[in-house]
Amino acid sequence: MAISVAAKKPPVAVLRFKKIFKDKGKLRGFIAVMGFFLLWQAGSMGLFPFMKAIPTPVIVIQVFWDFLYQPVYWQSWMESFLRVAYGFIAAQIIGIPLGLGMGWNRNFKDFTYPLFELMRPIPPLAWVPVSILFWPTNETSIAFITFIGAFFTIVLNVLGGVSSIPKELVNSAVSFGASPRQIFWRIVLPATIPSIATGMMVGIGITWNVVIAAEMIAGNAGLGRLTWEAYLAGHTAGIIVGMVSIGVAGFVSSYAVKIISDWLMPWKKIF
Amino acid sequence: MDMMLDQTSKKTAERAETGALSIRDVGKIYDPEGVHVEALADCSMEIASGDFVAIVGPSGCGKSTLLNIMAGFDNLTSGEILLDGQPLATLDRAPSPGPDRVVVFQHGALFPWKTVLENVVYGPVTQGGMNFSRASERAREMLARVGLNSIEESYPGQLSSGMQRRVEITRALINNPKILLLDEPYRAMDTVTKAASHQYLLELYDMTRKTIFFITHDLDEALYLSDTVHIMTSRPGYIKKSMTVDLPRPREYAMTTSTRFLEMKSELMDAVHQEAVKAFQAGEREMA
Repeated sequence: MAISVAAKKPPVAVLRFKKIFKDKGKLRGFIAVMGFFLLWQAGSMGLFPFMKAIPTPVIVIQVFWDFLYQPVYWQSWMESFLRVAYGFIAAQIIGIPLGLGMGWNRNFKDFTYPLFELMRPIPPLAWVPVSILFWPTNETSIAFITFIGAFFTIVLNVLGGVSSIPKELVNSAVSFGASPRQIFWRIVLPATIPSIATGMMVGIGITWNVVIAAEMIAGNAGLGRLTWEAYLAGHTAGIIVGMVSIGVAGFVSSYAVKIISDWLMPWKKIF
Repeated sequence: MDMMLDQTSKKTAERAETGALSIRDVGKIYDPEGVHVEALADCSMEIASGDFVAIVGPSGCGKSTLLNIMAGFDNLTSGEILLDGQPLATLDRAPSPGPDRVVVFQHGALFPWKTVLENVVYGPVTQGGMNFSRASERAREMLARVGLNSIEESYPGQLSSGMQRRVEITRALINNPKILLLDEPYRAMDTVTKAASHQYLLELYDMTRKTIFFITHDLDEALYLSDTVHIMTSRPGYIKKSMTVDLPRPREYAMTTSTRFLEMKSELMDAVHQEAVKAFQAGEREMA
């Protein structure tokens, strides 16, 4: 009722509201998030029978607060972040040159592509047993699985990026006297950056998926392990705190990747 | 306006005088052992230094093939092309691309990750003739002369298609090429932008008197801009008809409605129409 009155009389309240949410997109996002929490609260309080076992957001927030004061919680963050970072960075360091090489050199692609395509469909988690056998520590095993998660995506994106460089760009560079080497470093590489950025963006998401699952199977610490242990202990609010933490961690990582991408592509940021 | 092309070295100054092309019985067959597509057959024309030549013809008639051979992106399978009396493309000598024959493409080929200034200096810096600051100085000077100095720091993606082509032509001209190869550069433009781009190109042509090889299928454009219009047949392409455009220079837009212009246009149209019908029917057969 109050809302409809406000809608008819725009002045003070609405204007103030509008000032906060100048951006209508942000307002919609805010409404959706609020709505979600309201539904959750209602659901846990008995609106949806299947949510009977789930604590209300209010309780979860209280538990979350307690978590924030436990060193083990922050240690879990640290562990997971490091695993993601190692795997993700290794995937970029190995994957970007590999993708560039495959796109640039026909012979190299002929050699590597079939093998690559054979290995790509194997889900990262299927690598868990082998990975444990491969590597001396659990830590390296999980980082390796994380690496696998990001690796194929980045290679495929870079390869696609190189293959779709307009022929005209390369042709005009050749006309201006560029050597093959200059073409590679000055044309192919910058022209592939948008694809590298896409690969990184998709890759970071997969990395978090993989690291959490791997921790649940083989880890002894990390946000995934934290969530799993909460489940084993029957600590429902803890499970949700774990889940939310993973969401926030993924969001923060994606945002960091976006900042890096924008920095790499000043010509795209502008519009 | 010769100052614009003032060159530091004598060698390049001499080069500006040239740009005569002799295209002799050029043929091009793609995949001779397989599908065997004959793109060009016995295609000949003489282009004098400083001529503005337009090539019109139906889509897929081999116009771009000829341009690509001249640019050095493709080789020919018969005949030869001479540039200032020197073999440019022959059977034994595959042509190689060079800054003396720069192409401006239909969709543009500015490097999107470089600013306008960085794009324009790309040629001189890559060829190693100038360091970056010398080249920038010259590029700035040149951009100022053609009225583009306000967008030096913009990225191509921020510019209209008309502006992009202007930058691209400037990027070509800074290399002091012998010929400018334009592959339907204004095809995707709206009428107004196109008219403005024409005016700009004509001004540049009057300033520099470079040999221009201009591919289009817009008859008005061909007549309005060029000294000679060559009509190419549908595949295999050869020159079916050539027409000297006797409109005075500098060209003005009002000329496009003059009686003489319309006469020439209707003559061209007849020739082109026959080829278009042929190409259309051939296309239908290929589809069936």
